[in-house]
Amino acid sequence: MSAVLKISNLHVNVGETPILKGVNMEIRQGEVHALMGPNGSGKSTLAYALAGHPNYTVTDGSIEIDGVNVTEMEADERARLGMFLAFQYPVVIPGVKVADFLRHAVSNIRNPDRKEGEGLIGMREFRKEIRERMNELGMDPEFARRYLNDGFSGGEKKRMEILQLAMLQPRFAILDETDSGLDSDAVRVVSEGLAKLSGPQMGVLIITHHERLLEFNPPQFTHVMLGGRIVETGDASLANELHANGYATVRARHPEAAAENAKAEAAAAV
Amino acid sequence: MSTDTPVKNDVEFGSYKYGFHDSMDNYAFKSRKGLDAQIVRQISELKNEPAWMTEFRLESLAIFESRPMPNWGGDMTDLNFQDIFYYMKAANEQETSWEDVPEEIRRTYDRLGIPEAEKKYLSGVKAQYDSEVVYGSLQEDLSKQGVIFTDTDSALRDHPELFREYFGTVIPPGDNKFAALNSAVWSGGSFIYVPKGVKIEFPLQAYFRINSQNMGQFERTLIIVDEGAAIHYVEGCTAPTYSSNSLHSAVVEIIVKRGARCRYTTIQNWSSNVYNLVTKRAMAYGDSLMEWIDGNLGSKLTMKYPAIWLMEPGARGETLSIAFAGEGQHQDAGAKMVHCAPNTSSRIISKSISKSGGRSSYRGLVKVHKDAVNCRSNVVCDALILDPASRSDTYPYIEVEEENVAIEHEASVSKIAEEQLFYLMSRGLSEAEASAMIVTGFIEPLVKELPMEYAVELNRLIELQMEGSVG
Ligand SMILES: Nc1ncnc2c1ncn2[C@@H]1O[C@H](COP(=O)(O)OP(=O)(O)O)[C@@H](O)[C@H]1O
Ligand SMILES: [Mg+2]
Repeated sequence: MSAVLKISNLHVNVGETPILKGVNMEIRQGEVHALMGPNGSGKSTLAYALAGHPNYTVTDGSIEIDGVNVTEMEADERARLGMFLAFQYPVVIPGVKVADFLRHAVSNIRNPDRKEGEGLIGMREFRKEIRERMNELGMDPEFARRYLNDGFSGGEKKRMEILQLAMLQPRFAILDETDSGLDSDAVRVVSEGLAKLSGPQMGVLIITHHERLLEFNPPQFTHVMLGGRIVETGDASLANELHANGYATVRARHPEAAAENAKAEAAAAV
Repeated sequence: MSTDTPVKNDVEFGSYKYGFHDSMDNYAFKSRKGLDAQIVRQISELKNEPAWMTEFRLESLAIFESRPMPNWGGDMTDLNFQDIFYYMKAANEQETSWEDVPEEIRRTYDRLGIPEAEKKYLSGVKAQYDSEVVYGSLQEDLSKQGVIFTDTDSALRDHPELFREYFGTVIPPGDNKFAALNSAVWSGGSFIYVPKGVKIEFPLQAYFRINSQNMGQFERTLIIVDEGAAIHYVEGCTAPTYSSNSLHSAVVEIIVKRGARCRYTTIQNWSSNVYNLVTKRAMAYGDSLMEWIDGNLGSKLTMKYPAIWLMEPGARGETLSIAFAGEGQHQDAGAKMVHCAPNTSSRIISKSISKSGGRSSYRGLVKVHKDAVNCRSNVVCDALILDPASRSDTYPYIEVEEENVAIEHEASVSKIAEEQLFYLMSRGLSEAEASAMIVTGFIEPLVKELPMEYAVELNRLIELQMEGSVG
């Protein structure tokens, strides 16, 4: 039986400001969903809320993974249940080597009951595995010894996110604009990488403005977000339409949500 | 006073792990509490010092008394100078081998887990037990090369000319109130002389600790690195927890002559009731290199700004410091670089971590005198704040009297590590694992510079400090 990531009536505040105003979505393992929408519509907010960022407060609604309500859980508990977010802006952690960090992460995710200080996954086994994954992603093995995202180019950071995805094999992966800010070669590597990794065991939510990532990973569902709500859901053709025509027609069909989005955008610009 | 006073706070976060102390009955001598000319005279007499030193101490006392308390830095309202013992002697004889060290003192060292570092360099190690060095033996080949490595009291007795030539020349008693205090009541500390061209290959180490309640420690260290010589001196420090305030006010003077190199590494981990008010200064001459590596953990208040005066062209100075301020702790630390000559360069790297309401401040000075052209100075300070209750400040002072200089100052301050924490936790690391990893990574540039055992020890101490963060 494939598991479901179920988002019901999700309301999320940042501080006092309501950003998400009732989001519903169901993602099954093996499915690919695209999430589109203009800037400031709340896509990243949804991604952070799903991953459990402490500054994104759920004020109503719920998030369930495979029937388990995770709405109140910390980010690490969610990760151990199979949630993964590829960050739009991966964080730099100086002095922490990629391999050390990933060895901890892999140990915890594969052995969710692991207590602190208990053994990590074997060094040799881990090394072999990370080397293979890096090879598949066309990454220089030297990166394993570098500090996490420290001095990485935009493309290297995004590749590092995909490497983590490959090592952690989550049940649900959210990719927040993993393809933006990359040159076309890098977009191809990332798109192919994701296509290879996703399969019947992974439900994927792709947040994107571009076509390329979706070409390699055709979505069964496309959702359009506007003003903190999903205003339309369709199939792959909806994504194509939006790429071709932009959001004007969507805005016209949903004037209220469009107005709220415009307000949020204006507020963010101040 | 009872023996084996039960230890408070042993399990609370931020409290000191080595919460025990030895019986107070074994002190060979203990002065009465408080500070006045009579006590100062008594200290000097007990040590059989020459008249000039007695005079020096008394003049210093007068300076100390005439100076107001500093109105900057940290809160010293709880510090009562009359409630402190200024001199204690732990054992009558200075021991020369580990076996001869009194059982009780050895047990203390064992409990501190010191032997890891110590056994390796056993013959090179000097350990200070309260005010007097009770154990220390000089590695043979060092003395063959003419290196003097002894405690400062013995140096005054055994090398009077050399001692008098340099003592108090880098930090005169009038420098600041606490330097004056130290000059009046100093006891113990290390004296090192490295002759011309002698390069000591391994780090020389010393362990210091405060043992008695209300016991002030006023060690005085003097290091002279003669032309073309090289030394790496390492000093570690651990202290038991006590209920009332303790004062540590050391003075470290270093002279690095032409073409010489000196690296001075300290890791201090005072119990959370200690006032740690230290004056450290080095004078670096032509084409020499002076490096301070300074780690400050624990204490109630630390005020410490290792200084380097770049006296002649080509002199270089570097300070790498790290401060960890936990609950109830204030680390006011930094560095001073004084460019007195052309073509001198300096670098300051300062890292601080504040957690559980701790406060850390970087306070630094870069000064370039008139005509000191072509100087370069680079200052980088990073602060890591682990929770909203904690605090970090920077006070960078730059005084430049010369135009033709290059001074860079970068500060990345007040960065709450929230985003880093979330990133790691979203990959399945627990909060405790994630914060330990962030902190370890943050201090990595300093740890890399330490001798192996100290790197291990520092990481272990940080881990202990971090353990309390498990929510
Ligand atoms: N951490 C934050 N602090 C303040 N406002 C935020 C924060 N995150 C998101 N917002 C606001 O929420 C709205 C949605 O932002 P976001 O989720 O980033 O949109 P998108 O990813 O669709 O561009 C915007 O108005 C933005 O300004
Ligand atoms: Mg976004």
